[in-house]
Amino acid sequence: MSPTPAQGLSDAIRKVRRERVAVVAFLTAGFPSRDHFRADLEALASEADVVEIGVPFTDPMADGVTIQRSSLAALAQGVSLHWIIDTLKSMPPLKAKLVFMGYLNPMLAYGLEQLAADAAQAGICGFIVPDLPIEESADFERAIAPHGLAMIRMVTPVTPAARLQQLCSSAQGFVYAVSMTGTTGHSVGDSAGLPQETLDYLDKVRKLSPVPVCAGFGIREHKQVAALDAHVDGVVVGSAVIEAMEKGASTVELLRKLRGS
Amino acid sequence: MTPVMNKAEAAGLLAKLLAGKMPDEHGRFGPYGGRYIPETLVPAFDRLTDAVHSILPTKDFQDELAGELRDWVGRPTALSPMRNLSRRWGAEVWFKREDLAHTGAHKINNALGQALMARRMGARRVVAETGAGQHGVATAAACARVGLPCVVYMGEVDMERQAPNVGRMRLMGATVVPVTSGDRTLRAAIDDAFRDWVSDPINTFYCLGSAIGPHPYPYLVRELQAIIGREARAQMLERTGSLPDCVIACVGGGSNAIGTFHAFLGDASVEIIGVEAGGRGPGLGDNAATLATGTPGVLHGTYTMLLQDRQGQIQETHSVSAGLDYPGVGPEHALLGEIGRVKYIMALDDDALGCVQECSTHEGLLPAIESAHALVGARDWAARNPGKRILVGLSGRGDKDMPTLQKTLLADLGVKA
Repeated sequence: MSPTPAQGLSDAIRKVRRERVAVVAFLTAGFPSRDHFRADLEALASEADVVEIGVPFTDPMADGVTIQRSSLAALAQGVSLHWIIDTLKSMPPLKAKLVFMGYLNPMLAYGLEQLAADAAQAGICGFIVPDLPIEESADFERAIAPHGLAMIRMVTPVTPAARLQQLCSSAQGFVYAVSMTGTTGHSVGDSAGLPQETLDYLDKVRKLSPVPVCAGFGIREHKQVAALDAHVDGVVVGSAVIEAMEKGASTVELLRKLRGS
Repeated sequence: MTPVMNKAEAAGLLAKLLAGKMPDEHGRFGPYGGRYIPETLVPAFDRLTDAVHSILPTKDFQDELAGELRDWVGRPTALSPMRNLSRRWGAEVWFKREDLAHTGAHKINNALGQALMARRMGARRVVAETGAGQHGVATAAACARVGLPCVVYMGEVDMERQAPNVGRMRLMGATVVPVTSGDRTLRAAIDDAFRDWVSDPINTFYCLGSAIGPHPYPYLVRELQAIIGREARAQMLERTGSLPDCVIACVGGGSNAIGTFHAFLGDASVEIIGVEAGGRGPGLGDNAATLATGTPGVLHGTYTMLLQDRQGQIQETHSVSAGLDYPGVGPEHALLGEIGRVKYIMALDDDALGCVQECSTHEGLLPAIESAHALVGARDWAARNPGKRILVGLSGRGDKDMPTLQKTLLADLGVKA
């Protein structure tokens, strides 16, 4: 039996982890330019191991201003979930694994069952939905389960122990460990490295999780990646990618620099 | 919205609501409500939910709240017969006078209650969002009273529309942060206030101003505002010996309306009407009439009726009144509309301004433009039901609307103030 997309996602991160920490890169679909989405995604996917494709929403309440700005700019160019899926379907398979990251409402408007079917066809392995906590996620999981897609759980340093266990035990694909309290885009730790409590927290998540653990929110420099190396399976790079794109800088260069290669 | 359920199902949900079983343990009002929040906020919401159960119902807290509502807010607010409007409209019109509450609107009932809770929870600071500025002013005042620092997020567009309120907040020691993202109105201010809370969920208390958002806010705000309807019902019985035939209030997020309606939901003889902002008309983007023209979805952590496009993107709204300019609505209103217990209609900008004028000229009472939407509903209902008795939830006074009124009613009169 061939592995499900969710298992394929876990396996891909584990395979990379044998040699180095995996890199999960985020881009807002259609930002900065809808016409360049294909090229931007291809470039990012050539260097990253997993790409989170951000589905823009007007009210991204868990994200910082960088991602909010990029979402609104993409929406202004008419980017929609339908357009993103159609574009992905028209592209040749990419080296990196793909997941969708987006708020619930545009997905509800699309229709969850239809979305699961279309996303699976477009090569998506899983979903990160920041405003869908486990208490509310039953309908969503029911819709994606027949297609073997992953419901990627987020955990945070303030998540209580019992809840952490619950989230990890139902995790699929990978666990997205938020490495600080707050919205996306703020840097974690000081220039000297990461606070010990952050590393302890990541170790704890990794011990509980049956799937790989990727740490996110605020990773901008190689030394942060190096400090995390022994504690996680992957790092998520989000706002830094968006900021590079805003400046017209190369995202490939950015990811290489972060990896230290 | 048109009721879509069959009668038995609707009656069952109403019975459950009246029995105090809504919201349920998942924060649901029937299909609406819930708690769609980022994982970072889960512990903060759990703490708040615990506090709502362990602090709010205690005698100690209720005594403290009742004392402050009496001594500082000035409750009970008056129930006033409006003799001139009654004559003009051909029905018996009464106002529940939240415009007489301290700071000039019903918002203080909720802000004071939440500020007292924040202090008991050991919060070090309070954040709030504001649209019309009334909730910001109320929160700034309540925080000054209980001794907590206060930060208010307010859209740039609203800061201009409601300039006097910005000054009031600052005088009471609050920091007012202009919101320049998104549509620069109430909705963007809520986004930014949530963002602030996410960054420091333990020390910060988020004082949400309407019966919207994730559980337990729709419940907490309703409980703190329900005093409006409880007082009004008792006052009406005392003054007239019977209940009103119709209760009307304006609906933005819906806190004043849910507070006014709640005591009357079980009175089958009482017709209840919520009036939303019809703005320039029924087209998407021209109004803020969520229940009248919206579709269900998730915004700001709750499943409710929304103004959104077919892709699920939230639409910008239009209303002459900043306080009604919100693309969602409290989940309990979504349920009350769906089961048909409350009828939701809309009033156009121009009609609301007309009622501001009429009420000012004939009753010597300048209503908030928000509240004037309820007056439009009352006037039209009176025309269809001559001689009947109407209770209007007059949610606030209109002094804060002077910048808008200068550009509209006063400009039309050719008067420079």
